[in-house]
Amino acid sequence: MYEFEFVRPGSVAEAIKALGEDEAQPLSGGQTLIPTLKQRLAMPSKLVSLTGIAEMQGITASGDGVSVGGATCHADVAADGTIPALSALAGGIGDPAVRNRGTIGGSLANNDPAACYPAAALGLGATIKTNKREIAADDYFVGLFETALDEGEIVTAVTFPKPEAANYQKFEQPASRFALVGVFVAKTGGGVRVAVTGASEGGVFRWSAAEEALAKDFSASALDGMAPDADGMMSDLHGTAAYRAHLVGVLTRRAVAAC
Amino acid sequence: MPQVSMTVNGKSATGEVEGRTLLSTFLRENLNLTGTHIGCDTSQCGACTVHVDGKQVKSCTMLALEAEGAEIATIEGQAAEDGTLNAIQQAFQDHHGLQCGFCTPGMVMAAASLLKENPKPSEAEVRHHLEGNLCRCTGYHNIVKAIMAASGQDVSAIAAE
Repeated sequence: MYEFEFVRPGSVAEAIKALGEDEAQPLSGGQTLIPTLKQRLAMPSKLVSLTGIAEMQGITASGDGVSVGGATCHADVAADGTIPALSALAGGIGDPAVRNRGTIGGSLANNDPAACYPAAALGLGATIKTNKREIAADDYFVGLFETALDEGEIVTAVTFPKPEAANYQKFEQPASRFALVGVFVAKTGGGVRVAVTGASEGGVFRWSAAEEALAKDFSASALDGMAPDADGMMSDLHGTAAYRAHLVGVLTRRAVAAC
Repeated sequence: MPQVSMTVNGKSATGEVEGRTLLSTFLRENLNLTGTHIGCDTSQCGACTVHVDGKQVKSCTMLALEAEGAEIATIEGQAAEDGTLNAIQQAFQDHHGLQCGFCTPGMVMAAASLLKENPKPSEAEVRHHLEGNLCRCTGYHNIVKAIMAASGQDVSAIAAE
């Protein structure tokens, strides 16, 4: 790692001030950032830790949903259970040690194209709260490792509305435990949402053809023979674009059946 | 250089570190607690697993300064003062749960964390819990068997493969 200064503020306001300086970068659970720094792929002059900020910790359930502080670790979300599909997803990220450090805000800010949380946020139609605004999940995910967040803007909380039914199916890349493909299906008052991670070159996306079919008939058989276009799907040594497109269909049918 | 203070295996520990100093480096180089191993340094193998405020973490993927004020438990604090092994360590010995022993500190710390949350895990739960701990020589069977035995379950039916 290159050298950097480390600060651990106790409030969002102090963190934002510290992030205002050149080349400062936020550090949440660090389960992606620290390995990145070790490989010298990033060179921040200062790291601003977000793990000492009490107002960004914890989970608050209300009648119609759940709000998760940005610096809440995956293990805490896994243990919560207000939205079972969300907790199951959090409990399947990485391994136990990673789940004790990695945070929801860090995952959503990083927007890895194979991360699990983006699928939950987009699938449930979450609202991402930052230090300056609220962003609907539909407007938040911009592309590969790219979000609507501005420089120095941090995710302070994420609010998930409670669905009528939901399920997440993940086909694990067995070495990394990231999703080779992951599909989050949610049946909500506003319709059916199908969010796919791990597959597209553009990051997490909604599979609208499946949503339309499921709105008419919410059953796995409504998607018989369907798969998204393989154009624009990721292709690497773990799977071709056609393989991933096929998996999206399979996992979506499994998720619907498990709802 | 910044100072960091924490409690390690019940004793207070203070030292000067850089911002980039990892918790694993602080334990090994400042405190000479070299039982915490660095296997891969890429956050995958879990040999560096320690407990921070009762939760297992990979100490090579946490900055020392993030542990300010925390309670740390490492493999050195697992046996009794007189050297008597704890139930998990003894079970690893009894059931040949190690060969080269490099991954063992991390395995023991991961097992301790599992048994605290789930005192009688199933074999599948043990295997799921060990997803972040890699062993390249035992083939895991005897590690799983040792952890099951440490939980007080009968392991005679689990084949030693």
